[in-house]
Amino acid sequence: MKASRNPLAALWWVPRGLVFGLMAFFIFGPLFNLLLWTVAEKWYFPHSLPLEYGFSSWAKVFAPRGGAVESLTNSIVVALLTVVVSLLLAIPAGYALARLKLPLRGLILLAFLIPQAFPNLTVYVNVARIFYEIGLNGTIPGVVMVHVSHGLVYAVWIATAAFSAIDAELEQAARNIGAGAMRTFLDVTLPLAAPGLMASAIFVFLESLDEFTGSYFVGAPDVNMLPLLLYTAGAGGNYQIASITALLLLVPSLVFMLIVERFLKADVLSRVGH
Amino acid sequence: MERDGFLELRGVASRYGSTQVLSDIDLSIAKGEFIALLGSSGCGKTTLLRLLAGFISPSSGEVKVRHRDVTHLPPDKRGMALVFQSYALWPHMTVAQNIGYGLKLKGVARAEIASRVSAMQAMLGLEGLEARKPQALSGGQRQRVALGRALAIDPEILLLDEPLSNLDARIRLSVRHELRALQKRLGITAIHVTHDREEAMVMADRIVILNAGRIAQHGSPEEVYNRPASAFVAAFMGAENVLSLNGHPDRHAFMLQAGPANEATTVQLAGRHLLPGAVEARFRPEAAHLFAKEEFLPRRPGVAFRGEVLAVAYPGGHWRHVVRLGDREIMADAPQAFSPGMQVAVHVPAESLFLFNSPAS
Repeated sequence: MKASRNPLAALWWVPRGLVFGLMAFFIFGPLFNLLLWTVAEKWYFPHSLPLEYGFSSWAKVFAPRGGAVESLTNSIVVALLTVVVSLLLAIPAGYALARLKLPLRGLILLAFLIPQAFPNLTVYVNVARIFYEIGLNGTIPGVVMVHVSHGLVYAVWIATAAFSAIDAELEQAARNIGAGAMRTFLDVTLPLAAPGLMASAIFVFLESLDEFTGSYFVGAPDVNMLPLLLYTAGAGGNYQIASITALLLLVPSLVFMLIVERFLKADVLSRVGH
Repeated sequence: MERDGFLELRGVASRYGSTQVLSDIDLSIAKGEFIALLGSSGCGKTTLLRLLAGFISPSSGEVKVRHRDVTHLPPDKRGMALVFQSYALWPHMTVAQNIGYGLKLKGVARAEIASRVSAMQAMLGLEGLEARKPQALSGGQRQRVALGRALAIDPEILLLDEPLSNLDARIRLSVRHELRALQKRLGITAIHVTHDREEAMVMADRIVILNAGRIAQHGSPEEVYNRPASAFVAAFMGAENVLSLNGHPDRHAFMLQAGPANEATTVQLAGRHLLPGAVEARFRPEAAHLFAKEEFLPRRPGVAFRGEVLAVAYPGGHWRHVVRLGDREIMADAPQAFSPGMQVAVHVPAESLFLFNSPAS
């Protein structure tokens, strides 16, 4: 109250404007730069804007020899398979963790974090060695397995939260009225958990889409994925190709994040990890 | 008390961890009877209801329906419909889908379901709400949808878990009578869990009072109200005034000795069994009558006490007095006010004075 009567308070917008301006610059600056690179034909120092604009890089990326189509297909196939496998594991696991009085429940939940607990490089080098021996290296199932081990923590934790947010009495009401255990699960539990499961599927999909280390050690050079293409293009100084690949990775992330934001309700979110 | 035993509980007990929640529950319920399970919170009444519904297995004892043992049957095979205290309506289904779900499970044809659901809606006054989701309903409407969902499957036994406790006080009174009338009309056996004494009295054919996991008394509302079997039941049914007296039985009467507030007198035993020694006397505030002088005392069987008015208040309909009788304070109602400090005589009619042997004797 006191501050609002102070004449200096009118100048309050100056530091606030500066802070918000800087934040916007740090977030949208690089994105804008990326967008410019995707349509830049010629752009070199010291020019602050591209000298020529055009879509020739896009044509290059999507040309049969560009490898982008193959990488994109691989990435999407792997991501979808990872989602399917993760959910098939996470739905029963999450339900059990949410409903049953399991001993060491906290420890089990924590165990899914283990793949994230150690340096990725060490883990995946060893995984690659073992996969090589059993012939899984350089195959789609091999990459999917690596991604599942990585994404399962999201899938299981969110699924557990989604199931425990459902009042057990809603299930009991169905049992009481004549539904068997499986029927109750399909008619009551699953539809009510669907938004949470949808959100966990999206997280797993996005994680898989830009996972690099595992894809590199287990997949390459037989199974090439989008992040790998980005890495090679970026390392080779080909910023147009790198930017277009980055954009391809960015778009699904943004779209799905908006969807997740709609699906993940506070009652589910508050139970994650409990 | 052997009835025709439509629903029978024999020696049912339940424990949760090391806590004994229910013990020695023997109950025989006739077809079409409305039973109220009455008790304070934590007495095991909800556990007993969930045990009947099949969500809890008893640690011992058996439950029989029509002489068929259902003790270990899963909930979906029991044909008992439960109305949850929280209503537990499925938020992703409409009113019609909620009510019709049980019929869908039974494989009833879609057209048949639709007609039975709309008949149920008409019966419960839910017309026009079939497409609504439960979130868009009022508390009273949700309660009726929950009831409709339970009744739609034509259950033999209806279990009610405090279904009125989440309703406004005013609606609750009318729903009591509606629910009772509906149960009578449909001839369903109903078991109603409540902690509300008046609700149990108004609705039930028979009241089962639970205390610490045991049946304290069961009988018709008049029986448990007028002939409580124990001091607990008397207190629970509103006889909260308590006095310590001494006496001994003499054939059909009980001879009360003179105490700090009363003279020696006799009360008919009327079938009660009392041992000589200290007794606990209980009565309701509305059973006591106040008189300004002892000469005005009525010539009817009862016990008179001398006392002093400490306070008076008007809760509506009558004046409520706090009266000191010897070293105890009691409540007594009277149609007119007696001012604090007045010496009064308190008369408790014999039939309203409940005597129990004190636990110490």
